[in-house]
Amino acid sequence: MIELSSLPALFPILLISGTLLVVLTGLRYSSMAQPIATLTAFFTALTSLYALLGVANAEPVRYAFGGWAPPIGIEFVLDGVSGFFLLVINSVATLVLFHSAGLRNQILGTKQTAYYALSLLLLLGLNGMVLTGDLFNLYVFLEISSLASYGLISIGSRQAPYAAFRYLIIGTVGGTFYLLGVGFLYAVTGTLNMADIAGLIPEISATTPVITALILIITGVGIKAALFPMYGWLPEAYTHANAISSALIAPIGTKVAAYILVRIGLFVFGAENVDRVIPASQTIAILAGVGILFGSLMAISQRNLKRMLAFSSVSQIGYIVMGIALMNPFGFAGALFHVLNHAIMKSALFLVSATIEQEEGHSDLTRFDDTYRKKYPYTMAVFTIAAISMIGLPPLAGFFSKWMLALGTLEAGSWFLFVVILSSSLLNAVYFFRILERVYLKKSGQKDPSDARFQESPWVMRAPALVLAIALMAFGFANAPILEMIQLWFPVQ
Amino acid sequence: MSPADFTFSWIPFFALLASLVAVPFIALSGSRPNLRESWTVLAAVVKFGLVVSLIPGALEGKTVGLTLFELAPGLPFELEADPFGVLFALIASGLWIVTSFYSMGYMRGNKEKKQTRFFASFALCLSSTIGVAFAGNLFTFIFFYEVLTLSTYPLVVHKETDAAIQASRKYLSYTLTAGLLLIAAAGIIYMHAGTLDFQAGGLKELRSMPEPLMLSVFLMMLAGVGVKAGIMPLHSWLPSAMAAPTPVSALLHAVAVVKSGVFGVIRVTGFVIGFDLMKEMSYDTILMVLSGFTILVASLLAFKQDNLKRRLAYSTVGHLSYIVLGVAIMSPIGLTGSILHIAAHATMKITLFFVAGSVYVHLHKENISQLDGIAREMPWTMGAFTIGAMGLAGMPPVNGFFSKWTLGLGSLEAGLWIPLAILVGSGLLNAGYFFPIVYRAYFKKPGVELNGVGEASPWMTVPIVITASLSVLFGLYPDLFFGIFELASTVAIQLFASQDSLSFIHESVKIP
Repeated sequence: MIELSSLPALFPILLISGTLLVVLTGLRYSSMAQPIATLTAFFTALTSLYALLGVANAEPVRYAFGGWAPPIGIEFVLDGVSGFFLLVINSVATLVLFHSAGLRNQILGTKQTAYYALSLLLLLGLNGMVLTGDLFNLYVFLEISSLASYGLISIGSRQAPYAAFRYLIIGTVGGTFYLLGVGFLYAVTGTLNMADIAGLIPEISATTPVITALILIITGVGIKAALFPMYGWLPEAYTHANAISSALIAPIGTKVAAYILVRIGLFVFGAENVDRVIPASQTIAILAGVGILFGSLMAISQRNLKRMLAFSSVSQIGYIVMGIALMNPFGFAGALFHVLNHAIMKSALFLVSATIEQEEGHSDLTRFDDTYRKKYPYTMAVFTIAAISMIGLPPLAGFFSKWMLALGTLEAGSWFLFVVILSSSLLNAVYFFRILERVYLKKSGQKDPSDARFQESPWVMRAPALVLAIALMAFGFANAPILEMIQLWFPVQ
Repeated sequence: MSPADFTFSWIPFFALLASLVAVPFIALSGSRPNLRESWTVLAAVVKFGLVVSLIPGALEGKTVGLTLFELAPGLPFELEADPFGVLFALIASGLWIVTSFYSMGYMRGNKEKKQTRFFASFALCLSSTIGVAFAGNLFTFIFFYEVLTLSTYPLVVHKETDAAIQASRKYLSYTLTAGLLLIAAAGIIYMHAGTLDFQAGGLKELRSMPEPLMLSVFLMMLAGVGVKAGIMPLHSWLPSAMAAPTPVSALLHAVAVVKSGVFGVIRVTGFVIGFDLMKEMSYDTILMVLSGFTILVASLLAFKQDNLKRRLAYSTVGHLSYIVLGVAIMSPIGLTGSILHIAAHATMKITLFFVAGSVYVHLHKENISQLDGIAREMPWTMGAFTIGAMGLAGMPPVNGFFSKWTLGLGSLEAGLWIPLAILVGSGLLNAGYFFPIVYRAYFKKPGVELNGVGEASPWMTVPIVITASLSVLFGLYPDLFFGIFELASTVAIQLFASQDSLSFIHESVKIP
């Protein structure tokens, strides 16, 4: 087996080689792109699992590139939190890429090589952000992943390039905010290494440049995370991108922004220093709380399934950001567990929406009726399970992350957020049961009965969706060990 | 629960599993109805047998069960069959057997669609009910309480008509909100006390909670369980839910689901807050005002209903509050009566619903005004109806009399006259809205269309006769089978530790 100490370097190596292989074989055989990309993601996911098992209860692994020790060189740091995010991102991506086999010819046509190369580049960016121990290096990976997502989103409907352009502009602004913040920190500390800065922060956290840096970084990351009120790019991008791009980006894209928030807020700054001068964490938590309600209300008013799911993402990212901003072990565990849950639920829902969009040619909710259940029984069962988990009902996994988040709000003494967490469940129930009612109960009227014949998507698309649904049930029952493991990672001041 | 009289046992878990395991079998044998229904019957019998085997231990005041795994950090998945849980499980699983046979007659007689979904959801509901009964802590309780909500949804919406869809929306919005309030309360308690264990006498740690917070926790929990218990003003989902097929109304909306609510009231007041704290904080007054109001208003509203099932639903709302009132009396005998009424109302009301269903399937009549003279054609059915109606009005020899008598003694014991007056008054109101139906059925001239229609199918009539006979038998000999009276008084003694002894209750409640 591979030495744990050099494991962090394996992630970029795997992904870069995968990308190159996709491009090279793509010159002759564009149909090889999908299997290669899926396998690459799969091996990356396996590596993540191995990495997580190695570091979950152990010291972090540090890997200095080229043997140059920081602060001169760049180091990758693998600890429990980064291992956890890697596993979530890579395994969900594997399933989504696997699923895309059923749609690639219809949706991508001749652009397969480009699509799969970009997917792997996106993963490279996300993996790099999670692993790096260097603030500037993080920016580089952030831009790699952003550029890849702009490309992925622009393959879509006629409005897709417009949505991608909008995302590009807003995303670049976000990246620039982040970079400016890093610049301030560098000016004060003279280093870009996270561990170094973390050591210096307690002394300087009350100085103006550091506070400015904090505000800039939070704003930049907030834009990338689509934190309310900076969510503007997200609904457009997810709605107009093609079905398999949004299924890839929606579950994992914003999660990494949440990761940066964890890393910088809790590890570099630390709970004590974030709020030393300005009430940063409270502000983020309140914004997230408002975002939860706003996203849910907007989701209720949507007619288009993808758009509804996009607004639901705005709301769900609110849970995660709020849990982080609560700055206590309960909220932290709830947030990270929700990262896992939301990645699973959202990818399941987007896979379902991809199937519907492909088979029916639309994702207009008002046209859903009970023929869908007869035509796509498996797909709709997956949708039901994911929806119930999104609402947050036992025994599915979504209930338990909300429970932990609710405990976190109580620990933090915030009644407002406590009420938000609980009442948002009802709002989720409104927009999901509305669809379930249509799919299971709404009579199709005078439609031709042959419309209601079983025409489920091929197994290559059904299987990943079913795996995700089963995962939701499994994590519902196995939540306690996971949550307890996460709580141990909460940085002790 | 105290570890001293706790023994490890798999039986509560197997009782829970019995119907859960049946669900996939039911779902997979959809094309062969007879096989499918045999799974239901098999599961019901096995479940009932397992619960019955727990009775001897429960009668000694023992608790058996197990902790399987951690449901959430610090919160174990505990199944503990204490006397109270066993009693509730006994009622639910016992009546499920009868209902299974009745359902076959009803669903087939009515040519209902989607019977597989119906029977599968039904089995799931029963599993969750047993889970509610045996939950050893509030978190496990909530877990099953929510699953019960979800698994009842397909049954409420079964007919898929607009009315059914409206009813199911109402049902979900009430019960999901209630579940959330319960979860909120549980979260606050957990953060304060560090545990959610059910302990006879309540959690000591709650005594240090600030008073306003304690009050809001109490109210949230009360609303959480009160929705299913139909406490006014949270009751209005129940009459709407009558859109469901009658077996659902009979077992779930007269026994399993609504009784989970009143069961929850007793769990929350007796095992989480504790009766001492209830009295100190005068929360018992809140309970008494709400339940007294509900009893009277529901009875009055019942008069207005021409639809038979809706009238029964309002009557259920009223009778559920008898049980809550019994808790509010805060005396051992009152609580005994309250628990007895859980059992008594179950057998009586299920009889009445069965009757309503079989009249509907057989004669396609659902309004009271259409029932003229049907007793001539359906003597067994209407005889059973009469017994149930007598019992609910509190007349001997039916078990409703006995439980009400005990409730009345309880309020005398506590020196409270108002509950007694409410009980008496409500008895008259019950008679007032039930006996016109009986009168119509026996003494009015039947319409021509009734000539020679005869009794409904034996699949339905036999269960009706069984539940009616059970009501009478338990009225005459409360301890005849399963020691239901013993069980009820055991619970009361557990909760009012060391104030009364078993024999005192026995002495006080003399069967005339």
